[in-house]
Amino acid sequence: MKKNESYEEFIKGIWRDNPVFVQVLGMCPMLAVTNSAINAIAMGMATFFVLVGSSFLVSSFRNVIPKQVRISCFIIIIATFVTIADYTLLALVPKVHKELGAFIPLIVANCLILGRQEAFASRYPTKLAVMDALGMSGGFLLALFSLGAVREILGDGALFGVKLFGENFEPWVIMILPPGGFLTLGVILLFFNWFKFKKDEFLEDVAAAERGSD
Amino acid sequence: MDNLLWVFISALLVNNFVLTYFLGLCPFLGVSSSLETSARLGLATTFVMLVTAVCAWILNTYVLIHAPYLRLICFIVVIASTVQFIEMLIKKLSPALFRAMGIFLPLITTNCAILGLAIFATNRGYGFWEGIVYALGAGAGFTLAMVLLAGLREESELSNIPALIKGTAMNLIIAGILSMAFMGFAGLFSTT
Repeated sequence: MKKNESYEEFIKGIWRDNPVFVQVLGMCPMLAVTNSAINAIAMGMATFFVLVGSSFLVSSFRNVIPKQVRISCFIIIIATFVTIADYTLLALVPKVHKELGAFIPLIVANCLILGRQEAFASRYPTKLAVMDALGMSGGFLLALFSLGAVREILGDGALFGVKLFGENFEPWVIMILPPGGFLTLGVILLFFNWFKFKKDEFLEDVAAAERGSD
Repeated sequence: MDNLLWVFISALLVNNFVLTYFLGLCPFLGVSSSLETSARLGLATTFVMLVTAVCAWILNTYVLIHAPYLRLICFIVVIASTVQFIEMLIKKLSPALFRAMGIFLPLITTNCAILGLAIFATNRGYGFWEGIVYALGAGAGFTLAMVLLAGLREESELSNIPALIKGTAMNLIIAGILSMAFMGFAGLFSTT
């Protein structure tokens, strides 16, 4: 039972309540850094670290933090983790850090992270909070990667810098420029809408068939 | 003087915060359902940006020289408390203005365009006046993008659109087309 509960928290972030595709949170880093798959993954990993770390701390201290100043406390905890992530990336992968530029410090203002602290981590026990953070940041990473991969394949004809299509491919440059980010995410959301439409239709059909057979 | 003008135009059109830097997308997509509210939110944001630019300059010049690794924490704390302070001040001085801005003032704290402004201004080493002009340009650019999207959305309410595409998907595609239009301004500069 206990295991099921935490598994449930984990899986809901990846698909059913996916932070990007379903809740439309954390859009700024989502669109800004997904012009190549490798940048998207670096950003996803940094967010992963910050979200899991701060969820763990917030939920451990949830009985100590006074209600009135909780938002400021959350933000300071998040900012600390972001500073750690910033300097770690600078030391390990300076090239990626340079490309992501100001968007690493901007993880602080990612509404996804503050939202999870407020809605989940500050109310539930540590174990569930960490599972929730793992699921949410996993879902975020997945969304970042799919957007980054699509944009890099279309805009550069490559994935992780490896050319896929040979010499004759004419890169669709607009896809790695800002408008491409908006358009790609729009089309992906459209696909999700369509999926939901079809599912609702199917469920209605099933319900109608059941009523008919009674 | 010339330099200041370029800083302003660059922040307003060429490097528009919303459409080329993807900053402040949450209010851009969330609150842009009517022209009036988006204009108000834009004004409030511009105001907070101005105050933030001044604070960031003071912090950078006098405090953070000694401890650069505290930059992020300092900025976010200063922004959050400034917004809170401005909120109280406006409430006391002009209740009418306070009601007009409503829920938007506290929401601005989590707007990444504000923090982004402080960080960009620091990275580029802007001085006091450059920082203020940059904040004005960025705020005006944010307002412009908000108002444009809100106008298009109001118009689309009256048109016949497939139910499938309604909502965020359509807003994103509209934003993409707007962003393409703004790319046309990139030719204004020979150097960035």
